[in-house]
Amino acid sequence: MSLINENIQKELVEKFGESLTEWSDTYNMLSFTAPKDLNLKVLNFLYDQPLLGFQFLTDITAVHYPNRTSEELCVVYHLHNLRENTRLRFKVFTPSAQPDVYSATALFSSANWMERETYDFFGVNFVGHPNLKRILNVDEMDYFPLRKEFPLEDQTRIDKDDDMFGR
Amino acid sequence: MARPVRFNLKQKDTKDWGINMADAPEGLTGEGFFATSLDKVVGMARKNSLWPLPFATSCCGIEFMATMGSHYDLSRFGAERVGFSPRQCDLLMVMGTIAKKMGPVVKQVYLQMAEPRWVIAVGACASSGGIFDTYSVLQGIDQVVPVDVYVPGCPPRPEAIIDGFMKIQDLVENESLRRRTGDKYKALLESYGIQ
Repeated sequence: MSLINENIQKELVEKFGESLTEWSDTYNMLSFTAPKDLNLKVLNFLYDQPLLGFQFLTDITAVHYPNRTSEELCVVYHLHNLRENTRLRFKVFTPSAQPDVYSATALFSSANWMERETYDFFGVNFVGHPNLKRILNVDEMDYFPLRKEFPLEDQTRIDKDDDMFGR
Repeated sequence: MARPVRFNLKQKDTKDWGINMADAPEGLTGEGFFATSLDKVVGMARKNSLWPLPFATSCCGIEFMATMGSHYDLSRFGAERVGFSPRQCDLLMVMGTIAKKMGPVVKQVYLQMAEPRWVIAVGACASSGGIFDTYSVLQGIDQVVPVDVYVPGCPPRPEAIIDGFMKIQDLVENESLRRRTGDKYKALLESYGIQ
């Protein structure tokens, strides 16, 4: 059985049933959504199942959807099967009020910095991460800059010197 | 057989070489003596032997490389020796975007320089944050260290950098020897949290 998107979907549905939703196939890249409690189970299954073998974590990032009430933050995993050169993307959603998602660091060591970055910019709290602190921004920053909670240009800021710009 | 190379047998007139000698400061001259004030001698010496410390983070740094190159040649102004140790340098040239995370580094480098020290902010980013009106970028290095000369431009041309450098030279030449121990200067450093 070759590793085409229909077969990946079949394997996953056999294992997890109806809990995986929002299947789509954009530019020949399979994409789906899992409940956030299942994220490690899905990652493990994709990793261990010999037919799937998604053993390389390309990226972890997040997206903020302010309009999706009680599931504002979306954590996106990009996986790669290097042998078959097949890529896959799956998402879990979490409320921004309590953005707890299980950490994938036990499975992928490379998830360490990716999750720190995602925490840094979106404030996703990765439960079980060994060292969840800011990685790119200054330590004393007290907000998560890529959440869409802030105007693009904050008129109240005082660190901009208006004399230079004639605003 | 005639020697193929001249080995400086003929004395050349140095005026033809385009070498600029620094003008002597104002003073009293007579037969066998020259008298002037210490300020002026020190100013002249410092002005013509500034050691720049390039702190180049982006495209303005590339312009600075052109400035140091043979075409524009910052060496003409006595800044031949670009030092990469802050302890030896007189002039901190900050060129490029300084992220907020790098702010403490700029300050550390400034603190490591010995007095007297001067700072030039080259380009829009170092002067004011430039186009990067954003959460991660320091809005001008004068948020962390005192700046003597700002060079506008995005990036400024080498001529502009040289112009800024000559402004620094003017400051250096005319600076009072008492400035660095004065109350005003101490207050300036105090406002940046530097003792």
